[in-house]
Amino acid sequence: MGEIKLTDVKKSYGAVDVLKDINLHINDGEFVVFVGPSGCGKSTLLRTIAGLEKVTGGEIEIDGKRVNEVTAADRGLAMVFQSYALYPHMSVRQNLAFGLENSNMPKPEIAERIQEAARMLEIEPYLERRPGQLSGGQRQRVAIGRAIVRRPTAFLLDEPLSNLDAELRVSTRAELAALHARIGSTMIYVTHDQVEAMTLAHRIVVMRAGRIEQVGTPLELYNTPANRFVAGFIGAPHMNFLSGEVQEVETGSVTLVIGGGHRLTVPLADHKLRGHKLKAGEKLTVGIRPQHITLENNPGSLPVKVRLVEALGSETVIHADLNGEKLLAVVQGQKQIVPGDEVHFSLAGAPLHLFDQNGLRVKGA
Amino acid sequence: MGAAARFILRRKGGKGWHWTDIVTWVWLTGGLIIMFGPAVWLGFSSFKTPAALAEFPPSILPYVTSQATVEGYDKPLQLFNAKMPDGSTRVLAEVRRIGIMSQMVDPKAPGEIVRININDRQPVRTLSFATSNYTEPFVHFDFLRYLWNSVFVTVTATLITLVVNSMAAFALSKYEFRGRSAAMLIILATLMVPLSVIMVPLYSIISSLGLFNSLWGVILPTVATPTGVFILRQYMLTIPDELIDAARMDKASEWQIYWRIVLPLTAPALAVLAIFSVVWRWNDFLWPLIVLSRRELYTLQVGLSIYSGELNVQWHFILAMTVVTMIPVVLVFIFLQRFITTGIAGTGLK
Amino acid sequence: MTSPSPTSSSSSRLGALLMAPVNALMRLIDVPLRGLQKSTGIGGMAAFFLAPNMLIFGIFVLLPLVINFVYSMTGGTAFFLAERNFVGGEQYARLFTCQNYLDPMSCQEDAFWTAVGNTFWFVILQVALMILTALITALILNRDLAARSFWRAVFFFPVLLSPVVVGLIWKWILQRQGLLNFILFQFGDTEPYTWLTDRTWTFAATIGVSIWAHMGFYALILLAGLQAIPKDLYEAAEMDGTKPARVFWRITLPLLAPNLLVVVVLALIRAVQIFDEVYVLTGGGPGTSTLYLTQYIYETGFASALRNPGLAAAASILMGSVLVVLTLIQLGIGRKNENKGKR
Repeated sequence: MGEIKLTDVKKSYGAVDVLKDINLHINDGEFVVFVGPSGCGKSTLLRTIAGLEKVTGGEIEIDGKRVNEVTAADRGLAMVFQSYALYPHMSVRQNLAFGLENSNMPKPEIAERIQEAARMLEIEPYLERRPGQLSGGQRQRVAIGRAIVRRPTAFLLDEPLSNLDAELRVSTRAELAALHARIGSTMIYVTHDQVEAMTLAHRIVVMRAGRIEQVGTPLELYNTPANRFVAGFIGAPHMNFLSGEVQEVETGSVTLVIGGGHRLTVPLADHKLRGHKLKAGEKLTVGIRPQHITLENNPGSLPVKVRLVEALGSETVIHADLNGEKLLAVVQGQKQIVPGDEVHFSLAGAPLHLFDQNGLRVKGA
Repeated sequence: MGAAARFILRRKGGKGWHWTDIVTWVWLTGGLIIMFGPAVWLGFSSFKTPAALAEFPPSILPYVTSQATVEGYDKPLQLFNAKMPDGSTRVLAEVRRIGIMSQMVDPKAPGEIVRININDRQPVRTLSFATSNYTEPFVHFDFLRYLWNSVFVTVTATLITLVVNSMAAFALSKYEFRGRSAAMLIILATLMVPLSVIMVPLYSIISSLGLFNSLWGVILPTVATPTGVFILRQYMLTIPDELIDAARMDKASEWQIYWRIVLPLTAPALAVLAIFSVVWRWNDFLWPLIVLSRRELYTLQVGLSIYSGELNVQWHFILAMTVVTMIPVVLVFIFLQRFITTGIAGTGLK
Repeated sequence: MTSPSPTSSSSSRLGALLMAPVNALMRLIDVPLRGLQKSTGIGGMAAFFLAPNMLIFGIFVLLPLVINFVYSMTGGTAFFLAERNFVGGEQYARLFTCQNYLDPMSCQEDAFWTAVGNTFWFVILQVALMILTALITALILNRDLAARSFWRAVFFFPVLLSPVVVGLIWKWILQRQGLLNFILFQFGDTEPYTWLTDRTWTFAATIGVSIWAHMGFYALILLAGLQAIPKDLYEAAEMDGTKPARVFWRITLPLLAPNLLVVVVLALIRAVQIFDEVYVLTGGGPGTSTLYLTQYIYETGFASALRNPGLAAAASILMGSVLVVLTLIQLGIGRKNENKGKR
């Protein structure tokens, strides 16, 4: 109950393709997060699943049944909107009851479900109030409550935390995770915030320009991003990218020349380089997460010029420059460094990511 | 009074009288008199008897001359304050007038006749409201009928306007469909098609539909107001689309979305439109004048204009009925003025 | 959220009771409509919502607009189109048949040209005077007045009155033994004026009365325009030591100009159609001195013994084309203002 399958889903507004051949299988009980920059089509994808938008091609199945022609009301899904979309002229109780009344549920059962949801979300004291009399966090709970009382096959959440302030967002995020664990229904969650995606998701779907870039668990995306876009999108601060050129291919590693003639040897897990046949002279991009850089001067470390230092107390963010390419390092503790200093960034032991000229991950790296 | 004076005399800066302060004061006081004066004058006049109306110079308040029944005379006699030759003043009743002399008697002692120069006597007048001006037209003329016709036209047309316009505004603000902009364009383009341009063909359409001499013939052409669609649509555009989506997810039908979500949220704009519609329909004149030719179908406006156009205008009735016609609008003005003024300022519509 | 604030729930009990039958009706209507929605989809429902308005609109506004042209090309006294004979441009030719184009009385339809002339002068004078008074009123109301809403209401009051009431009030005041003559009498003017039987005075009276009735509306719009001018502009001008007259000409007037233009065009559109209050006040008389276009059309089409609907239609189309031009100007101004607002 709550398995959703998308096959070659397309959506276009006139000549503009918003979704291009989306294929995705969401398992029952899974918490899936759609993430991507604004305009990538993640909200549209959610709305097509909800039935609020009609697809122009492909197929949507819920629990094995094709639902392309089924209206939003009859798909058995519930949605939490970014603005909460609570009916301002109805009390909280009426808001929760509205959907149930529309499906002609007997009154006692409606009351029971509202009571249960209200208890779960701790909104019992506000049941007779209007949404306008509630705080942002309370409204958010009501919006979730309105979805819960429906007992839907799946919850669709469209940036539900984006209207909350930073502190509330963190606590509500944790509550959402707990809620999912308790209800166990499928949840599809749309956000542009990769931190939300990382903390909440079983699986993350990274989207860009109407396409799925990668689907995987948070750590899969972090450790083995399928392309430069995913690598740059997941993780904060963003991954550093240095352009380089293959100098030598050996068994188990490849040696590149990067800015300023520095040599960098990248170990390759897969000796045979199945996906790629690297050749000397080929242009590649090396990705290094800022957290993996250390401030050590050892053979092979990179001399950089410090542009800006952000001391955050527990860690220090160093913006540096390597032959015109920007490098960002996040190092533990407090450092006595000022802009203009020359320091050495060591990549020893850092996981390095290699991307080819099309931005695709070099398999094995 | 002190507060009122201070309020009226408040000046710019408080240092002496700038010429703009004088202009402001003159303009506002003049405005008060010119704008309210005529209506107040109408109100007082409507309580005057025909005789008092014919007086020149007129009095502001409705006075009637006092009469008394005096022993020995069949008809009631008119009372006067007469200046006696000795300088004292007495209340006397006039028996007859010969030239410039008046023969008068004391009502208490009717035996003795006193001759007084007519310039030495003033009629005794008492304040009296001729309420029969109001009650008689309802009995003798069809004014009750006209009043009912006006109320029927106003209420029915306003209700239909609200329903029909809000449905159209809902469609035009919350749905994407082919021809939407065309429909919007037509509505906007005809925002300014006045009745005076289409009255001849409209009359023929009304008669072919059998609506000539029918109140429905007055009502129907007025209900699909482009103005109403326009106001309501502008307001509905501010209702977030996500609410509609949420209702759809909540298994609401489109009709329910209209009735239970959109309409309650449009209440402020509906109120403005309702007020406008009531005033418009109550005040309509030319079109009812064309469509209604049977007396029993006249609305107040038509009835009033027909009676006031007759050869022997019975002003005492006309004035009273004008006041009756004015009352609903004055009530609207007193209680809902703020609504209307902000509505006009916001939309530029009348 | 920009949604309107909810009303208090305590007063809603009575409302709920009153609404109960309506709600039941709506639920009843919902059943067949759900069926309709199922078969036609959401797009079909849009058509359903639009249909009643567009139907009424089509029958009573668009259709007349179209068949008006047909009317203007037919003759006879019958109202049913089928009973009318086609005469082509004869009605227009009749309107334009004149011996001397400078003298309206030499035209075949001299009443039409008299009405055109009267309307022309009425429009020019009424609009000019009304906008001037409305502007002064708005400027005064925009000052730092105590109880501004009261004063605004004073000037707005006549706007809501029905034209018939307005006509009757003034007919009563302007009659030979009326209030106005009494006031003049008090000031020593012995001979009472015959306001409504003298050609010039009657014409002036129609202008004055229509200004009295409508000025408040335009003052209100202008006041809204004045209040939309940012206060800091005036403060900046004050800091610069600008003289008040200069502030008016260089700040107030230019910034009010868009509103002023809209108001002028609106007033023009309304003035061209003047009818109701004048009809009640003067009936177009004395003679034809206050016969305006709408009354000409009305009398030619319906009232006169020799009624000629075709001629009335032709005249109404001529008047309509003037209104179309004015409306286009107004829409043009509106568009321009909108673009300005977007910057």
